Amino acid sequence: MPTVIVNGQEIEIGANERLNGIQVARRAGVDVPHYCWHPGLSVVASCRMCLVETGRRDPETGQISMLPKVVPACQTPATDNTVFVTDSDNVKAARAMVEEDLLIRHPIDCPICDKAGECYLQDYHFEHGRAERRADLKPFTSRRRDMGDTVTLFVDRCVMCTRCVRFTREITGTAELMVINRGAHEEIDVFPNHPLSNKMSGNVVDLCPVGALGDRDFLYSQRVWFMKKHEGVCAGCATGCSTYVEENQDQIYRLKPRENPHVNKWWMCDEGRYGFKHIHSEHRELLPRRLGDNGEYGTADWSTLTGSLMADLQRAGRLAALVSPHLTVEEAYLLCKLMREIDPEALLAVGPIPVIGSDEVFPNGFAIRAEKCPNRRGVEAIVAGFNRSESGWRDVLTQVANGAVQGVWVSGGYKHDWCDAATADQLSSASLLVVQDLFSSPAWDVATYQLPAAGFAEKDGSFVNVADRLQSFRWAIRPPSGVLPEGHLYWRMLGRNGLYRSRVVLDEIARDFIYFSAAMEPVPAVGVDLKVNQLAGVAAS
Amino acid sequence: MKVDDPNIKWVSEPQLGLAGRMYLPLIVGGLTTTARHLISPKVTVSYPDQEPEISNPEIYRGVHRLNRDGQGRVKCVACFLCATACPAHCIDIVGIESPWEDREKYPESFTIDELRCIYCGMCEEACPVDAIELTSLYNLTGRSREEMVFDKEKLLSVYDQTKDKEPMRSPRLGGTV
Repeated sequence: MPTVIVNGQEIEIGANERLNGIQVARRAGVDVPHYCWHPGLSVVASCRMCLVETGRRDPETGQISMLPKVVPACQTPATDNTVFVTDSDNVKAARAMVEEDLLIRHPIDCPICDKAGECYLQDYHFEHGRAERRADLKPFTSRRRDMGDTVTLFVDRCVMCTRCVRFTREITGTAELMVINRGAHEEIDVFPNHPLSNKMSGNVVDLCPVGALGDRDFLYSQRVWFMKKHEGVCAGCATGCSTYVEENQDQIYRLKPRENPHVNKWWMCDEGRYGFKHIHSEHRELLPRRLGDNGEYGTADWSTLTGSLMADLQRAGRLAALVSPHLTVEEAYLLCKLMREIDPEALLAVGPIPVIGSDEVFPNGFAIRAEKCPNRRGVEAIVAGFNRSESGWRDVLTQVANGAVQGVWVSGGYKHDWCDAATADQLSSASLLVVQDLFSSPAWDVATYQLPAAGFAEKDGSFVNVADRLQSFRWAIRPPSGVLPEGHLYWRMLGRNGLYRSRVVLDEIARDFIYFSAAMEPVPAVGVDLKVNQLAGVAAS
Repeated sequence: MKVDDPNIKWVSEPQLGLAGRMYLPLIVGGLTTTARHLISPKVTVSYPDQEPEISNPEIYRGVHRLNRDGQGRVKCVACFLCATACPAHCIDIVGIESPWEDREKYPESFTIDELRCIYCGMCEEACPVDAIELTSLYNLTGRSREEMVFDKEKLLSVYDQTKDKEPMRSPRLGGTV
């Protein structure tokens, strides 16, 4: 095993690992400051912030010989017997000089800069910079120009790390951004009439270590230190990117990608990033209602509604449920269980799968799926586990229209219109129609019970993405008053004790279905691969 | 710590002398204080018939005001540092892009709940552009809670009322104009 020495500490690395000085120092618990280096992008070593002293230990004699000058750690490969020193006076002086150089022309507008609070320049200057400014230049404002519809550039705040330029060249392959001018006049810009308009443009804002690139959607809406970060999973498409949901007082302000080597690496698409707006839409349905005998809807209270809903379902006769691919695995399981408990012959089918356009794959492998729902695989596996025979949602609709099914439970959660008048017409022939949805739809308008559903950030549970990876998440914001998340309702209707606990349900699922058995263990932040178990199952049989 | 710990130093009450036991020095001392106050000038003010005099309005912490810049615009840049520093969470700001060329951000709304405020002056300390200041207005009254939540216009009008008597402190203290 190759051994690397960081500040006198011996670190063993894997024989085939290709690490640089920053990565190997991180393993030793040492943070090497850096701006331009990013694990997902090529190395340019232009910011000079990660300068360290390096050398080599003679494997025979054990004698260490150091290079006379400081070198960038990001560009120095860690091989056997490489020595890194990151805390010598030489290194500290080099960092202080780099910081001073970066700040000579950096505007002191931190109070209005959206990056303040999560800015590398602030953090590193506090840690490594000089206490006072020797230059008497005092710029307080920054020039600004928009790069595209999503991103704006504060020109003078830039430290020219070129992460954004490399991102558009290497990850999206669109190469909209470039560096214009030379030397101290370098600036980031776009080509005339070619704005930054790719579908992953929001990532350059996350990549920017300083406040130069701003998200126009988030601009000035909240200071970062007021927001709380919650680990979430994007519900925009079947890729299921790991995200951070950042909220303050139950208002989501932005979604950010969370590093997950198995799913989205460091990125997420703009559609997912700005795809939380529907949660705070004013058109959302917020009150549970029941169609009265007089043909008018009366608002109901959840505490009384659960009982009457249960009684109505038991009276209805043959039941059917359309299990939405927007439900979590746990909710789908509880819904199927509930239906089968009331009517052991209940028809279960996966609801309509929203498909818009076709899959888009970027040069680095990142894919935006056409399937605009987060949990098709999970819901399909649950429904298949309950069903003896395959039936699609259209078959269920036909059965309803025929009069073979009297009670239908439709779970929604769709962002867009998912149901047309014809579907609603078929559904309306059921004597009991329960519709659980975020927004009103033709089906909602003919429902006996209108139950508001919870958005993706408001519930606990797990999604299974297109590559059969199950990721669990907790709620980030509380649902608006009047809304009861689906899982809570099913839990109550099944007569279970206490509050809804998704982990308990997932344990049950993992026991009952072989597909989910990998989720028996606690699910790590990056999720578990359910395919591993399927392969094991195939091998065993 | 135990009773026999060598770090404990045990002391006993001093014994009183004869005069002490008769309380004479204390009685004389107490009467002297009373007599001094009888003849000294009176400090009590019969408010509200008589207004108290504030010795140094520069450091008095009364009602807030929002200062205006040279062009009469609100000086605040909506950085939220006052709201961050506020221990009573009484400041609520909504910041948006400014309509002016030379300014990037400004407060669309700026409200202070004067009832919730504890008048600690942290907002004034935190402000990087000296936009919020505490004036020497102390007699703040209102008929309802809503009335006591001051919005941006009200806070600017406090500035207009007090600017002649109490000019902006910042230029003299080395701040921004």
